[in-house]
Amino acid sequence: MAVRGAVALPLDLAWREEVRKASGQPVELCYQCAKCAAGCIVLEHADFTPHQVLRMVALGLRDRVLASRAIWLCSGCLTCTVRCPNGIDIARVMDTLKEMAAANGANGKNPARLFHSMFVDNIRGRGRVNEAVLLGRYELTTGRIWKELGQGLTLLRKGKMPVFTPGVRHRDEVRRIFARVRELGGH
Amino acid sequence: MVRLAYYPGCSLEATGKEYDTSARAVCQALGIELVELEDWNCCGATSAHSVNNLLALALPARNLALAQKLGLDVVAPCSACYNRLRQAEHALRYDRETRAAIEEAAGFNFLGGVTVLSLLEALVKRIRPGTIADRVVHPLQGLRVACYYGCLLVRPPEVTRFDRPENPVHLDELVAALGAEPVAWRGKTDCCGASHAITSPEVATALVGRLLALAREGGADALVTACPLCQTSLEMRRPAGETMPTFYFTELMGLAFGLPGTRAWFAKHLVDVRPALRVLAQTGS
Repeated sequence: MAVRGAVALPLDLAWREEVRKASGQPVELCYQCAKCAAGCIVLEHADFTPHQVLRMVALGLRDRVLASRAIWLCSGCLTCTVRCPNGIDIARVMDTLKEMAAANGANGKNPARLFHSMFVDNIRGRGRVNEAVLLGRYELTTGRIWKELGQGLTLLRKGKMPVFTPGVRHRDEVRRIFARVRELGGH
Repeated sequence: MVRLAYYPGCSLEATGKEYDTSARAVCQALGIELVELEDWNCCGATSAHSVNNLLALALPARNLALAQKLGLDVVAPCSACYNRLRQAEHALRYDRETRAAIEEAAGFNFLGGVTVLSLLEALVKRIRPGTIADRVVHPLQGLRVACYYGCLLVRPPEVTRFDRPENPVHLDELVAALGAEPVAWRGKTDCCGASHAITSPEVATALVGRLLALAREGGADALVTACPLCQTSLEMRRPAGETMPTFYFTELMGLAFGLPGTRAWFAKHLVDVRPALRVLAQTGS
């Protein structure tokens, strides 16, 4: 008999194993004590708490997790990681979920996802990040440039946003790292 | 004479410029020779580990290879760089499988002789607060500061092995050695949201506002930090009407040592630091 209001969830237990393996974290040990949530600094801005994300991973709710705002809001402050009584590096799990979301095309418009990918592109190109170039590109792409113009000009005026910075001389060495990481199954 | 390889990191070429200049000046005053790593590259920061774990270890590993060539321990002033370099060092030392992948990706063999230090750690552990106190000519008498450690200096403790992760004290000891008064407050290791400063400014502003309120509750005139990302976020993403500045600990050292560069460093702040320092004029420091 169908229960009123109940929803059939697409459980994907194979995916839980995938997260477990990719993160190297024993996600199944989470017993929902919510200590991670108690110390989570972005909790009020997120759609799910860290222990809810872990529960959804345990249930194999892949699409919901990968489409969540919570994984991108994790700032990697590691408070949950340090406090988890079961030794789960929760921030590492969040990173794994970000990698999976990016690979799978989920949540494509998330600003953090866009920023991280531009940041890494900046390193690939010059070996070092040029903050002026990175921020300019990001703000232009997202159309936020006008909102940030005042702050940007202040930083320029204070000499805190040099447009020309040297970058790495041996850029081939940095590009080789990217190429090898790709060969080894990474990005 | 202490000799260390110096890894400034990208922020210290831009938004954290005054951290770079004050760090170099203070080290020189204390007889620490900093040898900048030749042709260092970006550590990957928060972004690389959000994109790919191996990339986030292999990028900092290239810098460890440069330090290994010099035969020197490497010091990173920026907490985020420090954490990434240290994560790479930790994986190279204790995780055989990851070590093989890092060495292949970064194209070097880790020999185990290089240790990564934060600048704060180098000063507290290798120079010691007592020696630093001896160098003080203008004690920062009456200046009440909230020591802000943030996330990446102290977490995760098995990787950083520096201070206590929930209630660290080394920065408090250092500012006390300068004659300032470190206040007791609750925000020491709470995240400032710097990684959201660009992508979700409203989140960053909420977190910054909370920290500034906690510092005020503790009775502080200013915050003091060891991280350029925190410093920029705390001043740039402060809620409207907030006027509390955030100092780099090296700036306060320079001030207490009577170094000539302080005025130029303070001019780079996004918050006027003069009201917070007025107390020093009153106490004659």
